[in-house]
Amino acid sequence: MKVIEIKNLIKEYDDAEVKVKAINGVDLAIEEGEFTVIVGPSGSGKTTLLNLMGGLDKPTGGEININHTSIHDMSDSKLINFRLNNIGFVFQAYNLIPVLTARENIEFIMELQGRPRAERRKRSVELLEAVGLIERINSRPAKLSGGQQQRVAVARALASKPRFILADEPTANLDSASTQNLLDIMEALNHEEKMTFIFSTHDARVVRKAHRVITLEDGKIMSDVMQEHGEKQQ
Amino acid sequence: MIWSVAWRNIWRNKLRSAVIMMAIAIGIFASVFTWAFYRGMVDQRIQTAILTEASHIQVHHPDYLVNPDQKSRISGINHLVSGIDTLKGVKAVTKRILVNAMATSAETGSGVRIIGIDPDREKQVTNIYTKIKEGTYLEGGKRNPIVIGSELTEKLSVGLRTKVVLTLQAMDGTLTSGLFRVEGIYHTSNSAYDEMNVFVKYGDIAGLIGLDSLSGHEVAVLLADHGELGDITGKVRKQNPGLDTKTWKEIMPEVSMVEETMDISMYIFIGVVLVALIFGIINTMLMAILERVKELGMLMAVGMNKMRVFLMILLETVLLSFTGGIIGMLAGYFVTVLFYHKGINLSMFAEAYGKLGYETRVHPVPDLDIDLKVALMVLITGILAALYPAWKAIQLKPAEALHMDV
Ligand SMILES: Nc1ncnc2c1ncn2[C@@H]1O[C@H](COP(=O)(O)OP(=O)(O)OP(=O)(O)O)[C@@H](O)[C@H]1O
Ligand SMILES: [Mg+2]
Repeated sequence: MKVIEIKNLIKEYDDAEVKVKAINGVDLAIEEGEFTVIVGPSGSGKTTLLNLMGGLDKPTGGEININHTSIHDMSDSKLINFRLNNIGFVFQAYNLIPVLTARENIEFIMELQGRPRAERRKRSVELLEAVGLIERINSRPAKLSGGQQQRVAVARALASKPRFILADEPTANLDSASTQNLLDIMEALNHEEKMTFIFSTHDARVVRKAHRVITLEDGKIMSDVMQEHGEKQQ
Repeated sequence: MIWSVAWRNIWRNKLRSAVIMMAIAIGIFASVFTWAFYRGMVDQRIQTAILTEASHIQVHHPDYLVNPDQKSRISGINHLVSGIDTLKGVKAVTKRILVNAMATSAETGSGVRIIGIDPDREKQVTNIYTKIKEGTYLEGGKRNPIVIGSELTEKLSVGLRTKVVLTLQAMDGTLTSGLFRVEGIYHTSNSAYDEMNVFVKYGDIAGLIGLDSLSGHEVAVLLADHGELGDITGKVRKQNPGLDTKTWKEIMPEVSMVEETMDISMYIFIGVVLVALIFGIINTMLMAILERVKELGMLMAVGMNKMRVFLMILLETVLLSFTGGIIGMLAGYFVTVLFYHKGINLSMFAEAYGKLGYETRVHPVPDLDIDLKVALMVLITGILAALYPAWKAIQLKPAEALHMDV
């Protein structure tokens, strides 16, 4: 079953004198349970594409359907609600509310969804266990390492029970051990919970973990390949 | 959780929040204390106006207040006094003779107003007898005793048991004079009053001017409860349609006006303080938002809607303002309570205040009702100050905010 279906997507930026076609005619479908990476040189449109898929930005043309709901023409206020209940996000940084503990950060999003307290308490513990941070349950982000913060962010993204998780360069600020660790956790969640992940990276070791590799260049998909688990194809 | 987030956000920049809280606290402290101080001053002035000078209600011949001529007398004054005395809520009633005269000592002379009183009844209505500094209040059986104010003793350079001659017009229009002896010296907070008013016995002055013993010029009424003023004044008027009945507010409009304008002036004072503070609060909140652009972008990206973001900033601003406001209010309240008993000595300015009838020691009055009003005003200020920063926050576009360089 397709979770995301994109048709002839176009995104132009024209705030400067130059018009930039950041996304220039992309067709793409993501199936449920995929573990997909988007790669490409700097400026190729990775962030733009992820933002469009996540409903953070509006396309200039084309269609984006998420579970048969079109989001390219949705109003801003509807989009916020749609994001809350359908999409999980992990950003490169600034994922967490600094004044809340790991657990509170996870519960916060469930509270926004209006989930009952008992469910929030239970799920936050489960998720922190899943990302291996149960002993840091009451730590604030400032007391956690960059890698630990990103693991909490992944737990937070899962907490809202989204249809898929978008992660724009989630490992960009991490050392290689933390990168490895985060990827292992994401892969395990993909495997065990059938959670769909779509992420971007510049890191070849991250690319190697992905099941599907989409390469962007100048806003166009240059290649789209499936790779055997744990191997890399050129 | 949004309350808790808002509260904790305040303490992210402890120094900046503490500074603006202190500014609010000081502003509110000043407002609350000034109000209490002013209230204390005005309350005392009213107290003096009623207990020493005007009483609650006065009754005169209709012509008397237009032209205070001794011929404008009330006849059958004893009947009037006992009639008012039977009204419920009336604490005490007394009759007076009022005559203008020239008082002369061996040295010099001064214009005075003679008040002929029945000392026993007068004591129940006015508290001049408690202001006697030397001598007695027309006690004992001596002939022609007089009680004068301390200002007048200086002016006439007289003292206890000194002779004073009062020269005045009798009822038949002829000039007459009487020899009186100073038996008491009083001192109130109103020096102008002390210089003007002298007290003699009702019978003595009636005899001197040839007024029949059933007549007088003024009846003064003290009530048990300030709140019944309008009610009882109405009853007295009804009882005595031919006479002129006035409340202290009509007799001393300058005092009543101070009371009425006090609240308005204090609202203006606090309003000015709060308007000044509002800019500080807005500035603080704009800085707080600017620092958190990425975080706010993230929150909106993951699904915190504009209403909630707005509410969070609003709560943050209101909590910040209100905390400062509460600190200032409590400080103001406790300092007021402290000085309520001790009083604040204004003797440096005493002369000027004394001439206006104000006490030189002010007892600020703690008033929770006023403090609650101030709290409400701080709350409204917090909400107003929040509007612009909160509006700025929800204008952020999540995708842009997340990549903004701040
Ligand atoms: N807000 C914007 N306004 C104008 N141009 C933009 C904006 N955001 C992105 N672009 C342009 O769109 C193109 C694609 O940018 P994008 O950020 O998607 O690239 P990217 O693949 O994520 O690059 P990187 O690997 O450096 O993160 C670039 O040419 C960029 O300059
Ligand atoms: Mg990018």
